[in-house]
Amino acid sequence: MAGEDRGLAIAADVGIAAPSRPDALASGRRLPVAWLGVVPFFAVLALFLFVPAGEVLVGAFKGAHGGWTLDNVRLLFHQPYLGAYRNSVEISLVTALIGGAGGFALAYAALREGTPVWIRSLLTTFSGVAANFGGIPLAFAFIATLGTIGIVTQFLRDQLHVDIYGDGFSLFSKTGVEVVYLYFQLPLMVLVIAPAIEGLRREWREAAESLGAGSWQFWRLVGVPVLLPSILGATILLFGNAFAAYATAYSLTSGALDLVPIVIGQYYTGNVLDNPHLAQALALGMFVVLAATMLVYVPLQRRASRWSR
Amino acid sequence: MRRRIAPSAVVWLVLGAAYFLVPLVATLLFSLKSNQTGKCCSLAAYGFFLHDGDFWHTLRLSLELGLETIAVALAVFVPTLYLVHLRLPKLRPVIAFLALIPFVVPPIVLVVGMLDVYRGAPSWFYGQPWGFLVASYLILVFPYMFFSLDAGFRAIDVHTLTEAAQSLGASWPATLLRVIVPNIRSAALGGSFLALAVVLGEFTIANLAQFHTFPIFIQYVQESQAYGAAAVSLVSFGLTWAAMLGLLVLGRRRGARPTLVAGAR
Repeated sequence: MAGEDRGLAIAADVGIAAPSRPDALASGRRLPVAWLGVVPFFAVLALFLFVPAGEVLVGAFKGAHGGWTLDNVRLLFHQPYLGAYRNSVEISLVTALIGGAGGFALAYAALREGTPVWIRSLLTTFSGVAANFGGIPLAFAFIATLGTIGIVTQFLRDQLHVDIYGDGFSLFSKTGVEVVYLYFQLPLMVLVIAPAIEGLRREWREAAESLGAGSWQFWRLVGVPVLLPSILGATILLFGNAFAAYATAYSLTSGALDLVPIVIGQYYTGNVLDNPHLAQALALGMFVVLAATMLVYVPLQRRASRWSR
Repeated sequence: MRRRIAPSAVVWLVLGAAYFLVPLVATLLFSLKSNQTGKCCSLAAYGFFLHDGDFWHTLRLSLELGLETIAVALAVFVPTLYLVHLRLPKLRPVIAFLALIPFVVPPIVLVVGMLDVYRGAPSWFYGQPWGFLVASYLILVFPYMFFSLDAGFRAIDVHTLTEAAQSLGASWPATLLRVIVPNIRSAALGGSFLALAVVLGEFTIANLAQFHTFPIFIQYVQESQAYGAAAVSLVSFGLTWAAMLGLLVLGRRRGARPTLVAGAR
């Protein structure tokens, strides 16, 4: 019986290309069974990811009354949709840059020599929680803080006689959304960049110092070149993170701020579903932007991991 | 030689602490305000939602959806990753690539597609959170489950464990359930805590598909009852803390670094 199995496996192997690994002989017969075992996994992905995503991407090119058209995609380059994209990109860019720089400064301050170890673990623990604290509760925490009757707003007005709303600030504007987004952008940066900073080995710094390099020279010639791919990659990740966000801005502005996800949502929660293909075209635009960020992020990450332990 | 903490580090850490703590403290103070006078201090806001049937109802629904998502995700992903590590190593980079796709197809895009594709589906799927929402949440938790489980499988010797079990006469199901699963338990638990955090905070899909989960309840309270909303927001923050601390305790015990982020933006 065993011989028969072996014979079948060899016959199958001769039929295709000869495998180089010796144990492939034994697994040759079992291979189809193993493939059967991963069918449920691919079925789940196909049914609930590929088919819905494909429906959106194809639907973006369909007309309201059938047939193929570029009208929906063309509309994206006109108001108000162009403005929604501009707002989304602006908020994502601002929070990625400030979040990236601030998060790096925080992570470096916590990880550099001299900072007590308990501060490091406190920062990483808290970042793990805060990076996950988004959406509706986060929006309300800021309404309670910086809203028109927020605790800090009232404190500034009553005690320090500074009326931030009188000075043009509003939590429910683009600036307000940016302030709130930083609450998850900064900790995300800390989490993503901390391993890279830890990878900056102390020996490198000591070697540079013993060769007479100052702090500035060390950063210019060693620190920044080693960390740059990680910092760029993390900042791009932050951009995508803010670009895809929906709940926080929706809750904060009651769906009034024109961001791409909010405009898409209006087609489904409101009564304005006159052309679902336009919503699909808006979603296609998000897909294109996020795919572009991933195309930049993945090679950067690969390069950054060269120095990771 | 022990260096002292750098002054610039102190400045950054104090600024960071202020930014992160002030909203939490403000929310706490806000939640303690009395509804009648608008002054401190009253626990009325907490009493309000604790006696609210919708609070318990939606919280329970979200927890149950979380557990169902975790159960289905583990049932699908664990055998798949086992087979991939045992027999189909060439598939691993393919799945790792697929795990990036949910970042390119964010919840808002996913739900648009799901609604369009399954609008005509039977109501036990389309009309029920157990069907439609869990199916969508499986995709949301897929990357976190994959990276967590994959690390778990890489840390054990799948081939030796399988051969040992089989040579002792174990069947395939027995090998998987009684030998492999106990060895990847903490990786599976880590992925599960992240999945729980995702599902408990998920708003986008539930809102567009119009299911009344816990985040939808918080949004509703926020529109109608300011002090109560502060109280519920703090409860929600506490739940995130609990899920993440569970993950961290787990990570510390295994010496692994849990750096994954599962956001409900």
